[in-house]
Amino acid sequence: MGEFRMPSLGADMEAGTLTEWLVKPGDRVKRGEIVAVVETQKGAIEIEIFEPGTIERFLVDVGAKVPVGMPLALVRGEGEPKAEAAVPSEAKTAAAAPRPAEPTPTPSVPPSPPVAQVPPSSPQPAALLAPTVGRALASPAARRFAGEHGIDLASVPGTGPGGAIGIADIEAALKGAGAATEAPTPKAVGINLDQMRAAIAAGMARSKREIPHYYLQHSVDVTAAEKWLAGFNATRPPATRVLMAAVVLKAVAKAAKRFPEFNGFFRDGKFQASPAVHVGVAIAIRGGGLIAPAIHDADVLSIEDLMSAMRDLVQRTRGGRLRGSEIADPTITVSSLGDRGVEALYGVIYPPQVAIVGVGKVVTRPWVVGKRIAARPVVTVTLSADHRASDGHAGARFLAAIGDQLEEPERL
Amino acid sequence: MPAQAAEAGTVEVSYRDAVREAIRDALRRDKRVFLMGEDVGRYGGCYAVSKGLLAEFGPDRIRDTPLSESGFTGAGIGAAMAGMRPIVELMTVNFSLLALDQILNTAATIRHMSGNQFGVPLVIRLATGGGRQLAAQHSHSLEGWYAHIPGIKVLAPATLEDARGMLWTALEDPDPVLIFENIMLYNMIGTLAPGAGPVDIAKAAIRRPGKDVTLITYGGSLWKTLEAAGQLAAEGIDAEVIDLRCLRPLDDQTFVASVARTRRAVIVDEGWRSGSISAEIMARIVEQAFYQLDAPVGRVCSAEVPIPYARHLEQAALPRVLGIVAAAKAVLGRS
Repeated sequence: MGEFRMPSLGADMEAGTLTEWLVKPGDRVKRGEIVAVVETQKGAIEIEIFEPGTIERFLVDVGAKVPVGMPLALVRGEGEPKAEAAVPSEAKTAAAAPRPAEPTPTPSVPPSPPVAQVPPSSPQPAALLAPTVGRALASPAARRFAGEHGIDLASVPGTGPGGAIGIADIEAALKGAGAATEAPTPKAVGINLDQMRAAIAAGMARSKREIPHYYLQHSVDVTAAEKWLAGFNATRPPATRVLMAAVVLKAVAKAAKRFPEFNGFFRDGKFQASPAVHVGVAIAIRGGGLIAPAIHDADVLSIEDLMSAMRDLVQRTRGGRLRGSEIADPTITVSSLGDRGVEALYGVIYPPQVAIVGVGKVVTRPWVVGKRIAARPVVTVTLSADHRASDGHAGARFLAAIGDQLEEPERL
Repeated sequence: MPAQAAEAGTVEVSYRDAVREAIRDALRRDKRVFLMGEDVGRYGGCYAVSKGLLAEFGPDRIRDTPLSESGFTGAGIGAAMAGMRPIVELMTVNFSLLALDQILNTAATIRHMSGNQFGVPLVIRLATGGGRQLAAQHSHSLEGWYAHIPGIKVLAPATLEDARGMLWTALEDPDPVLIFENIMLYNMIGTLAPGAGPVDIAKAAIRRPGKDVTLITYGGSLWKTLEAAGQLAAEGIDAEVIDLRCLRPLDDQTFVASVARTRRAVIVDEGWRSGSISAEIMARIVEQAFYQLDAPVGRVCSAEVPIPYARHLEQAALPRVLGIVAAAKAVLGRS
């Protein structure tokens, strides 16, 4: 019997609220099927299941706040017997014999010990059910204070009784974070942070506290890319036309595949490259906030598929219907502010990723072509990268590779 | 108040004097008041609290009783129901267990069982606590047990003002009130304002304001706790000391508000730890101030043994200043 657990939808997530089951016990589920909706700091996220099988039963009621890693449902694998029938194998062979039919809906006691410890339903739906394993030791007051100020407890050293994090430790961390970002602390500004703001604050403060960023910039002549794109779009209806953003995304994805030190996660003191390239696309949300969900395997998608994936992602992000894997999976992020007139942007890396590529506006500039000066469309691509995982030399080659791709768009 | 006027010149009094003055004042104020118990008359009280009262008020109002706690407590209940205002003295809380049936099954219950036709406006005074080498049958602190019983009030006067002022307020209460006098306090000397009189019996008192940790205590432990707060101050720790004064009903507002300010609490209770009033206080802190807590709540209680006779063992079994200091530092993460 498999367990479907609350997934982690980002490094800073401790718990989520189950808001909807999209399946019911007895339903067969396929790998990748969306089975539930979970409310997190980032909004409502659709959660996929990765174990095919049949939903045996729910372990958590709708409305319950559940820590990451806690089982939400039992999933019976293919060919696995029902829990209540999980008796000798002769039961199966003798199924045709004139036995009293299946001992139907008697509520079953889950057989495996780790499951048995889980309450079948939460008596207090709003309460956190159990502490997450490995969670930081912190006083209730410190925990609440940290939450109000978007401080990630995992990044705060504890000096209280038993090494627990106390309020004073959070205050010290706040002071430190304020100094590092050279910005007034949220407290001083007095902004009432909503949940997403708090999540961004926690992630970005942690990034600037922990990640030694370095920044590079590279300008690329996109004449060839624009020309190629015009030809590509000429025969297409407006709804399926490809934008320059998709071309850049593809160029970044392919370069990331070639330079693995920019594609992966820095965790527990070391960098681990990801074999797949899932590009997070920074999408601004109306009314404030942003989120950078992943386009999976962007390096191998065709340019049309990439474009339609982007459209779909933007639509669902603004509609608040993202999937869990899209939140948790990005291995590198691309942020673009060109359509807002910005020529170059330097991103803050979203931990545990190690790089973010910024794309500016395409501007027409005097450009040296051969020995002449010509007016050329130029875009500035920037890289913010984690110096723990890569060096500037590699960063320069990575950016140059992106530029080369844009200059030879037909090879994309 | 003629009693105060006569004593106007008194500068120094003992806790014992203050209790005696409270009884004398009550006897003068109200003809329905009388005192009864073992050795309260001719002998002047086991702790000399009622010395001189027999001569002043006569045997009808200062009544020596047989050694039968259940009998004379029951007599007190009957007198109270019939309209008198008796003060029953039980020599120690250990002996009060002989009268527990009367206290719990009758005094605390009769208003409920009679459909509010009868009340028991009775005051019981009991000596409590250890520290005088009186051995296990005379040294226990069971006021926490009594604080478990609905229908009665449980008071723990720790100061001269409360020793002097709680009795009359208790006598005015329509229901039974138990007053626990810690035996280590009887010899405590201090000054009492000439106009000292009745005090409220509902609110806890902040005896020392502070901001770093709340020390919650009552009765005889108050003075140890204040001494500990002084030692903590020398180390830069500013402790707030709360004197509960009343163990039932508990004034949780006062100590919860204090803990919400200081974010840390240590409870000092001469009772045994398990199932104690300190456990109840912890529970209320966790219920009402959980998100304000910056450290686990600490406790200093008596060792879970019959209080020993031998002096060094007795001292080791009771809450001590050094233990309170250590517990306060522990919740502050200091050693």
